[in-house]
Amino acid sequence: MSAIYVMWLRQMKRYARSRARIIGSLGQPLLFLLGFGFGFGPVFQKAGQGNYIQFLAPGVVGMTILFTALFSGIELIWDRQFGFLKETLVAPVPRILIMIGRTAGGATVAIFQGLIVIAICLVVGFRPVSWTAWPAAFVYMALIAVMFTALGTAIASLLADFQGFQLVMNFLVMPTFFLSGALFPLSSTMTPIEVIASFNPLSYGVDGLRGALLGGGYHFGAATDLAVMSAITVVLLGLGSYLFSRVQL
Amino acid sequence: MILAEHLVKKFGDFEAVRDISFEVQQGEIFAFLGPNGAGKTTTIKMLTTLLRPTSGKVRLDGLDPATHQLQVRKSFGIVFQDPSVDDELTAFENLDFHGVLYKVPRKLRAERIPKLLKLFELWDRRNDPVKQFSGGMRRRLEIARGFLHTPKILFLDEPTLGLDPQTRNQLWSHVKQLNEGERVTVFLTTHYMEEADRVAHRIAIIDHGSIIAQGTPQELKQQTHAETLEQAFLALTGTTIRDEDASNVDQMRNFAKMWTRRRP
Repeated sequence: MSAIYVMWLRQMKRYARSRARIIGSLGQPLLFLLGFGFGFGPVFQKAGQGNYIQFLAPGVVGMTILFTALFSGIELIWDRQFGFLKETLVAPVPRILIMIGRTAGGATVAIFQGLIVIAICLVVGFRPVSWTAWPAAFVYMALIAVMFTALGTAIASLLADFQGFQLVMNFLVMPTFFLSGALFPLSSTMTPIEVIASFNPLSYGVDGLRGALLGGGYHFGAATDLAVMSAITVVLLGLGSYLFSRVQL
Repeated sequence: MILAEHLVKKFGDFEAVRDISFEVQQGEIFAFLGPNGAGKTTTIKMLTTLLRPTSGKVRLDGLDPATHQLQVRKSFGIVFQDPSVDDELTAFENLDFHGVLYKVPRKLRAERIPKLLKLFELWDRRNDPVKQFSGGMRRRLEIARGFLHTPKILFLDEPTLGLDPQTRNQLWSHVKQLNEGERVTVFLTTHYMEEADRVAHRIAIIDHGSIIAQGTPQELKQQTHAETLEQAFLALTGTTIRDEDASNVDQMRNFAKMWTRRRP
């Protein structure tokens, strides 16, 4: 237990000490929120879909968590290059505990970033139906965070250096975000995109988050969202632990 | 305490370690010497569960590092050749986290960390992040960290690289104290022959992945009719500089890594 705690604490300290990173990583969600939100707002309204900021905000929160979580997982490559990974790999602690601690730390950081973005959304004009929506919304945020931190760890366990990073960025992170229903409503899109989105775990996370915050309007349904998110999170945690336990230097 | 039999490690076609065998008794200080790229660090990585051997047998305290990873990890401590501290954390936090990971009780941590930080003259800078430290200070921190818990076996991979004579002295007297007082088995590599001559009970010399000589410092000197260990070392390994070799090895290893990682 103390190993998990100490690995988590390390992530927290690193996060708290990198103010530039905290502020820097808020630029992108802000851009999407303002650029897309206000830019496409009128079109969205004309199409009879209602207020776009209301629709977009949960998607941007999901995006923030996706990016932060995946990068937290991928930070493993930094640790490999700067050497700290060795220290944790020879420690007399089961590697699964190291992995759980790292994931908990990365996920906590991602949730924090998500909460900051929600605060920004509230300032910009986003209004959730009621305050009772928060507990359910928080569960979805946590699931997205844990899922993608685990995925990042799994990927980083396979990469020796940053050369493969661009590949991950362009062929995994960006498609996951754009093909998820974070930016557009799924029910009104063409079928192929809907099919792709239904294989994208983020779609379920964003759908659940949106449904919780707006008090309904689920695309997949709350039960489906929760079940799919939980199942994939468990699978990715298992995969990440397995790949991390096999890391050699 | 440490046993290697017909140990082989290949990276692709390149054989970094070729069929080496040696044994280290409990309470012994064993020096593993060799030119750059001879296979020293690769061997240490195989002994310390960081790398799986291609073939051969390894036992640490009677256990196989490949199958009993956790038990084996509990038995040793290591000071790495290259940096392994966290830059963003302070010197104190680095030691404290290490202590938690190695299950050093809180009371003992509170007692030993200040002692070690003072011994290696880092106490005044204990609350500064390591990224502000000079190369020598980082090295001292790594070594202080290695002494925080008392393992059965201590691996020291070129621990004195880049250290001033004062710190080198501190280090070796500490190692001797652990070895004599607590019967800690020590496995070390170094390029400073006079250090090996001074502290090691037995020495193995490795070159191009094979062990070419083994014995006490005295035996090695007699064998080569040399006066110092350095002369004996040069007589055994020749005078060609191996830096080219070393970078080749690194390239091969990177290539091998890239290849194996794409096809896991």
